[in-house]
Amino acid sequence: MIAVLDYGIGNLRSAQKALQRVGADARLVDDPDEVAGADGIVLPGVGAFGRCAAALESSGLGDVARDAVSRGLPFLGICVGFQLLYEGSEEDPSAAGLGVLSGTVRRLPEGVKHPQMQWNTLDIGRSELLAGVPDPAWVYFVHSYAPEATDDTTSTCDYGGPVVATAERGPVWGSQFHPEKSGTVGLGILANFVAAVDASIGAPTAAGG
Amino acid sequence: MRTVRVIPCLDVDDGRVVKGVRFKDLFDAGDPVELAARYDAQGADELVFLDITASSGNRRTMVDVVARTADQVFIPFTVGGGVRAVDDARKLLRAGADKVGVNTAAVDRPELIAELADEFGNQCVVVAIDARRRPEASPHAPAWEVFTHGGRTPTGLDALAWAERCTALGAGELLVTSMDRDGTRDGFDLELTRSIASRCPIPLVASGGVGELDHLVEGAVDGAADAVLAASIFHLGEFTIAEAKAHLAAAGVAVRPA
Repeated sequence: MIAVLDYGIGNLRSAQKALQRVGADARLVDDPDEVAGADGIVLPGVGAFGRCAAALESSGLGDVARDAVSRGLPFLGICVGFQLLYEGSEEDPSAAGLGVLSGTVRRLPEGVKHPQMQWNTLDIGRSELLAGVPDPAWVYFVHSYAPEATDDTTSTCDYGGPVVATAERGPVWGSQFHPEKSGTVGLGILANFVAAVDASIGAPTAAGG
Repeated sequence: MRTVRVIPCLDVDDGRVVKGVRFKDLFDAGDPVELAARYDAQGADELVFLDITASSGNRRTMVDVVARTADQVFIPFTVGGGVRAVDDARKLLRAGADKVGVNTAAVDRPELIAELADEFGNQCVVVAIDARRRPEASPHAPAWEVFTHGGRTPTGLDALAWAERCTALGAGELLVTSMDRDGTRDGFDLELTRSIASRCPIPLVASGGVGELDHLVEGAVDGAADAVLAASIFHLGEFTIAEAKAHLAAAGVAVRPA
């Protein structure tokens, strides 16, 4: 089972439905106890970093997320859920991220519109999350901030300069764009995550399982 | 890279798409979910649903349409019409919408924009502005007035000043419709969209007046729009989304290929 962490922020149904479309038993979970049996975790998020960070902690799901990472569960952060994996964000210096990945989330370059609200292509390095995507890979972004480039960065897009699009560190993956809103390309990316979850437990997590 | 989005708009009345939908080979063109899936398959970048249901008692129908769309369509979509409070928006977003559009309610109570942005983030908040040229304004200094209630009610508001106020209040995107051009097939009011785009540093969707594919190019180039919205040329089956995007690309406008 893949737990989509529901801490009251934004459109979670799309993430759940997209994961189900690619064969996963994905459930929206707002109760920390229910996450215990999960084989993989998806952390979505839209809106302001500080507000998401506060909501994640007050829901009790922040500890759940940290625990899942420490147990080595496959983990996928999406958009602000991706940003929350880092230590903090320029958007709200008073708010702490989960600190699972090192680095800070920074404002997009000047001279371009904020938010970036469009489809864009990826410049891909070595990536398991993006394995098998078409070239060029078009995905949908909505954001005004993005993590700074680090050793974990696995792809970028060009928006006033290179902007981090995905990062991976072991089983912890994240995407700044919305795979659940990126059509068939996005579904393929989610399928890669579902396959990683299946591989980690040695058995399919298909619906009904 | 800046890429321009192509967005078909679906007017939905009590759960059915209305206003001139006449696909030749579609057996049930009135089902919004079916149409949404069709446009997704054609390569639409986003969708806009405008709920024109007269009776507020039937608003639940739209939430159901949104949920059924989100089950099948994996591109972003905006839902406008009838959003008057944070709770209205929450229902639509929870059901699977990515953005909500506000128009009349925002003019009546501009703080609604800030409340929505604070609750859901700027990127969720689309302010739709229906603007009509002031006939008394000089051609050298054009001016536009904001209308509400589907273009029926004049507000006295200057459209450019209102657009700037919406941006300051936290709008994440502006959907700018020329009431003079809507339904004329004469093309966008490029002066209107360009004037707003130059004042507001957020994405702008141009709407109203598209009758041929060159109009989409004009909107993106001369109109400075980040996205171009059309209804009838797509609903009537005159052009597919793929043809629209190929036309934009041939004119040098960067788009996601269909």
